[in-house]
Amino acid sequence: MRDSTDSGVPVLAASHVTKQFRVAGGHLTAVDDVSVEFHAGKVLAVVGESGSGKSTLARMLLRLMPVTSGTITYQGKDVTHIRGGELRSYWRDVQAVFQDPFASFNQFFTIGHTLRRGMRAEKLEGDTLDALIETCLGYVGLKPGDAVHKYPHQLSGGQRQRVMIARALMMNPKVLLADEATSMLDASLRVSALNVMQDLRDNLGLTVLFITHDIGQACYFADEVVVMEHGLIVERGTTDEVIFTPKHDYTKRLLSDVPDLKGSLKVRKD
Amino acid sequence: MSGILMRASNVTAVYAADSGQDVPAVDNVTVEVPEGQILGLAGESGCGKTTLGNALAMIANPPLYVIAGKMEIDDHEIDLGTLSGGANQLHRPYRGATVSLLPQGAMNAISPTLRIRDLVVDVMRAHDRNTTKADALDRATDRLKMLEMPVRVLDQYAHQLSGGMKQRMVTVISTLLNPALLIADEPTSALDVSSQKALIEMLLAMVEKRIMRGVIFITHDLPVLSMVTDRLAIMYAGKIVEAGPTEELVNNARHPYTSALLSSVLDPTEETRTKHVLGIPGSPPNLGNPPTGCRFHPRCAFAMPECSLKEPQFLHERDHSVACWWANDHAFETVPMEVNEA
Repeated sequence: MRDSTDSGVPVLAASHVTKQFRVAGGHLTAVDDVSVEFHAGKVLAVVGESGSGKSTLARMLLRLMPVTSGTITYQGKDVTHIRGGELRSYWRDVQAVFQDPFASFNQFFTIGHTLRRGMRAEKLEGDTLDALIETCLGYVGLKPGDAVHKYPHQLSGGQRQRVMIARALMMNPKVLLADEATSMLDASLRVSALNVMQDLRDNLGLTVLFITHDIGQACYFADEVVVMEHGLIVERGTTDEVIFTPKHDYTKRLLSDVPDLKGSLKVRKD
Repeated sequence: MSGILMRASNVTAVYAADSGQDVPAVDNVTVEVPEGQILGLAGESGCGKTTLGNALAMIANPPLYVIAGKMEIDDHEIDLGTLSGGANQLHRPYRGATVSLLPQGAMNAISPTLRIRDLVVDVMRAHDRNTTKADALDRATDRLKMLEMPVRVLDQYAHQLSGGMKQRMVTVISTLLNPALLIADEPTSALDVSSQKALIEMLLAMVEKRIMRGVIFITHDLPVLSMVTDRLAIMYAGKIVEAGPTEELVNNARHPYTSALLSSVLDPTEETRTKHVLGIPGSPPNLGNPPTGCRFHPRCAFAMPECSLKEPQFLHERDHSVACWWANDHAFETVPMEVNEA
């Protein structure tokens, strides 16, 4: 179904990508000459503070926002300026899950209606569509009976986010882009959402781009970590390298600011 | 009440549902905040933390009704009940001045068309119509200087401030009247780690300078709570299941629910890199029809037959209280964390 073997060619890559916004009196560079590669079947975490350019980079990769300069390639092909059918096909392969699952649903429609409606363009109907919905909800640990006939407000936050991941999977994507997808969830639900993405990587070879400000989550399940500050990539490497032997001062500061359960107690006692 | 700033007893708050059935989101909860301390209120989403905060801040509005509860604070004894319909006008003098609430998402509620100083004046005048603009601004300026924050922020609009600065400003504004108790509901959840740290340091400085004499800090983020609180209370399905000094509770969890929550915390450590956390199986119960006995028993790895039959009463071990049948049978034993990992 999905190609989980890494042939060396990155599934998705940004090369020297820059994004500038016009502001009063000049330009603001939100992403500054960033190059990053995503390899098949890996989880790459992009971490940084608010305003570091993580989400802007994600939006450009998703082709929801034009680049100011630079190139985005998907499976070796330049997709920076594709349009029409080509862009729609790209959007099938590169799916996204955002921070607030509640905002992603129409509260007046059942989950089943929302999931079916998304597949209308694919001309899937009837039993085939029901089977697909069942399969994709199964990937995230839900049964159709848990969700299909319910309205968004009848699901817990964790269930809503899992349904969002299932919705993304219905398109049979090769890349899943999760932009702070777990930051609104409590610790227990967060772990179950991360486990779902981990299983999808291990079992289906899905490539995951995980954007977060929480280094602990990156530590739990990312293969590689990229650290961004003020639109620049300041450090990158395997998760172990970046988190346990950080080289850049910004990464060190970011790590020192993380309140950890036992370590912070000592701070409080002093 | 010596040494105790606030004690709320037997608070029950219900949401009136369309079906006519009341859903008790907070069920007979007793909680206290010692003088000069920060109490953390933790638990999963939907366990009643925010509802309890709203009941204590006396801002319950339909469909939320506080049907029972009494709060003793600062020589006042306040009936928290709102059965007369909506937030009770009798509570008005206490709001903001005795108990101040910093609600969830407060930083996003700053009007985009007002400068921060206009908001300061509005808030001060809402409590005392005779406050002059100059008095209000003097007070805010002094407060910002005391907390070593930039005074120029008063002349700025919300969009000119970072998320962290907005949150710190609404925290300062919510305590301008020097409330006895501040209830901060998820103040750090929308912030990145650096802004979280700045807010926590400011909050600790405020307590040290006695701007307020106690804080209830509501969040599901246990590492933040362990950094900022003196005591913790863990809520599940509308009830407090465990309470005690923060360090004691984090290192010696006596309730399986607390233990499962603690296991779900992902610190950037080598242990996190290798462990596989299971999370808490299942979902919190429907409070309209909660499980019999201990409400956590359907999800508990240590459940015994009596757990589904009878509600556990609080067991007090030194300064640490827990409501659990397993804890009853295993005095002073820490819940083994291994059951929460694969």
